[in-house]
Amino acid sequence: MQTVVQITRNGKTALPNSPVSFSEKLGERGLFAETIDTLQVNVGKLCNQACKHCHVDASPARTEIMPRKVVEACLKAIRDFRIPLLDITGGAPELIPDFRYFVTEARKLNANIVVRHNLTVMFEKDQTDLPEFFAENETEVVSSLPYFLQQQTDAQRGNGVFEKSIDALKRLNKVGYGIDERLVLNLVYNPVGAFLPPAQSAIEADFKRELKQRYDISFNNLFTITNMPIARYLDWLRRSKNEESYMQKLVNAFNPATIAGLMCRNLISVDWQGNLFDCDFNQMLELGVEENAPQTIFDFDLEKLKNRQIATADHCFGCTAGSGSSCGGTVA
Amino acid sequence: MHYYNEEDLGRFGEIAKYKPELFEKFLAWYQACQEEGALSKREKALIGLAVAVTVQCPYCIEAFTNSCLENGSNMEQMTEAMHLASAIRGGASLVHGIQSHNAHDKVSM
Repeated sequence: MQTVVQITRNGKTALPNSPVSFSEKLGERGLFAETIDTLQVNVGKLCNQACKHCHVDASPARTEIMPRKVVEACLKAIRDFRIPLLDITGGAPELIPDFRYFVTEARKLNANIVVRHNLTVMFEKDQTDLPEFFAENETEVVSSLPYFLQQQTDAQRGNGVFEKSIDALKRLNKVGYGIDERLVLNLVYNPVGAFLPPAQSAIEADFKRELKQRYDISFNNLFTITNMPIARYLDWLRRSKNEESYMQKLVNAFNPATIAGLMCRNLISVDWQGNLFDCDFNQMLELGVEENAPQTIFDFDLEKLKNRQIATADHCFGCTAGSGSSCGGTVA
Repeated sequence: MHYYNEEDLGRFGEIAKYKPELFEKFLAWYQACQEEGALSKREKALIGLAVAVTVQCPYCIEAFTNSCLENGSNMEQMTEAMHLASAIRGGASLVHGIQSHNAHDKVSM
């Protein structure tokens, strides 16, 4: 099911211009969900940063924030359908008023919790105790650090972000993250430019060595994520005249072995208003779940959603290139 | 009109047109050389970039710059590799100066 995306960006289609369609590569088999073991909730677009590659278009100027009634509906879905993993993302999810309520209530339901934490938000007003809060709730922390050097990190995430990120990682280490086996700290690498990520194990070894030697920082795993050709990153590809070559690169690197492990096959994505999507990227493209399936968290039904057909379009090449890409790193 | 066109790198396969079996052999060799072995893919990409700069091939420079980045190298590391190759090239020229010394000594009193 190749879906036509109606939304546009700056007068152009919100999808990249690909030399081959994803549905053509996928063939007749299509793409179907296998189960739902992860509720990935994007609680809003408000963020203290405005990264150049952000697929959410998040920034301090955004006002979209998940209201309490949607949080409650997410908790109900976790409870009623025993969904084992809650993956909270944004924006900077910590900035929404109900973030801590969401985490502590989900914890009471025995859900494992992942928070996609941008590190620098820890230095915002009323957020300095985040490491302790995360530790108390044993949330897994997943944080972007595109490179172990300042130049690359600041080029993508903004001036001063690297230095703050290093300070934040030290604070997380201090409460036991990346050291105590109950407190998992995973980092995310994504390329600072129009190229594919390196082999995950190789770059993880580099990050571990360099961060330890330079800053005495420890962490558990490094996930490599391919930049998705949508939103701000697509704008940059177009401005820098890299759209065509990047899409060709993704198409050339299409790896059928990634299909079985794609994250859309075992998660459902919820937006700040409660609408359901096959992944956070489809959410940003307003590419909803299959028509016949429940459309919002308020009428969530695992049985009706777990084998749904996934909506795909040409941006999906971002998840199938090379060893594949997902919110948990490579998939093949 | 200029001799080097960026698009020509993507047309490399057309070289097979008049002698496909030789190009196939070259391609197999070329690709095998870049696989992980006693040296890592990253080390090989850095060697490739250094050689590309030395032989001044714009296609190879672009290809191996991307290959270095996609294997996790940064510009500091890549620049060191390029300097080493260039220094060897410079040194290779300079050491031939000894030939000049020899020639000088031969004809001089």
